[in-house]
Amino acid sequence: MSDAAIELAGVNKWFDTFHVLKDINLTVKNGERVVICGPSGSGKSTVVRCINQLEKHQQGTIRVDGVELTDDPKSAASIRSEVGMVFQQFNLFPHLTVLENLTLGPIKARGLSRKDAEEKARKYLDRVHIPDQADKRPVQLSGGQQQRVAIARSLCMEPRVLLFDEPTSALDPEMISEVLDVMVELAQEGMTMVVVTHEMGFARKVADKMIFMDAGEIVEEGHPEHFFTNPQSERCRKFLSQILQH
Amino acid sequence: MKKLFLIVPFLMLAGCSSSQTWGWYVIDPTTQTGWTNVKFLISGMWATIQISLIAAVLSIVLGLMVALPGLSEKRGWRLTNRVYVEFVRAIPLLPMLFWVFYGLPIVFQSMGLNVPIDPFWGAIITLAISDSAFTAEIYRAGIQSIARGQREAAQTIGLNYVQTMRYVILPQAIRRILPPLANQFIYIVKMSAFASVIGMQELTRRANELVVTEYRPLEIYTLLIFEYLILVLIISAGVRWLERRMGADERG
Repeated sequence: MSDAAIELAGVNKWFDTFHVLKDINLTVKNGERVVICGPSGSGKSTVVRCINQLEKHQQGTIRVDGVELTDDPKSAASIRSEVGMVFQQFNLFPHLTVLENLTLGPIKARGLSRKDAEEKARKYLDRVHIPDQADKRPVQLSGGQQQRVAIARSLCMEPRVLLFDEPTSALDPEMISEVLDVMVELAQEGMTMVVVTHEMGFARKVADKMIFMDAGEIVEEGHPEHFFTNPQSERCRKFLSQILQH
Repeated sequence: MKKLFLIVPFLMLAGCSSSQTWGWYVIDPTTQTGWTNVKFLISGMWATIQISLIAAVLSIVLGLMVALPGLSEKRGWRLTNRVYVEFVRAIPLLPMLFWVFYGLPIVFQSMGLNVPIDPFWGAIITLAISDSAFTAEIYRAGIQSIARGQREAAQTIGLNYVQTMRYVILPQAIRRILPPLANQFIYIVKMSAFASVIGMQELTRRANELVVTEYRPLEIYTLLIFEYLILVLIISAGVRWLERRMGADERG
């Protein structure tokens, strides 16, 4: 087993004629926290979506746990069970209760018994600090609670890597910190994470590596200390000064 | 309902202006012959219900099987769906009924198979196939109305295609699909009248046969219209009950 949880080498992707990812090289080691930032349309979400095969790349290789992603549907299925994903819009299943949202994957995809799955679900609901909402429907919860349920739903699959695609961008300001707190706790427990976010306070606190993307390229990559205090490229400097002004 | 009864005297007046007069005696249940006639007409009800119900169930299953390839990312699958829908949708019911009832056994025979098709199954197969093109389009619209993120979330927790449809997409889509499906069911009930031309003893066939012996088409067909009306009203009430139940479930 290699030390790298995720490896992208020379990845290119086009949406029709639009070159959305340009020669992306990125390694995420086991236990590492990588934060990707950049202006909208820079391709940062697409990188994350390629890693768990929600999008297909056209050139280059992506390896998860040393296994290369191919068109084979079996490889997609096995990768997805290793990689969890938290979406900007939560994407909870509105017709199911919170508990059913959490147990669906473990029961149907992992073949767990209902009892074991529910036990696990309650454990992770506890971990995201909403143990008493299990029987409610997602619409009855606040945005922050919904996103924490979504995180618990991913954790129930016990993934090796957790991907976050702008997890706080759809939240009201007062709910952002409750979600970030949970993410910081996960990071402290050693979860391997790739987070697309503009929350620079969070990035400073947990990131082992910062990535800045613009126009489909990785423009800058580095340790947060250097990244924030002494960015090398002009584009990165400008972006940081814009979002750190407030 | 009241308005419908207003139409009846209007029709009576219309009858007076021609040389013919009304002769409701033919279906007057208080007389011996009238009651026999009414019983004869109503006895076709069970066949109409059976044909419509079985055809509707087959159409619902077949429609889903036709709709799913239409939602595929692969062009070949989508093309299969398009060809089926456009082709089947374009065939009028009556010629298709003739083709299935008279033609299909010959097709089977040329393949060395002996598959007799009686009026009952001939009517059901025709109605189911003809309706499935419409049902497929209803499914497609319903499934496409569910946000793409739902399918992606299902994939990321390891569900395969069938599981995603079964546990995530269809339970949400069904609430949007149900009202137009009920519409189609009503359509099937009415179109089942065509089964009369291949000799199926259902409501319309019974009416036709009685007209031939009694020479009272207006009265007999008026009763026939009310027979269909009652069937359709029962279906409407059933669907409304089902929708209320599902609506409550969604809020809960």
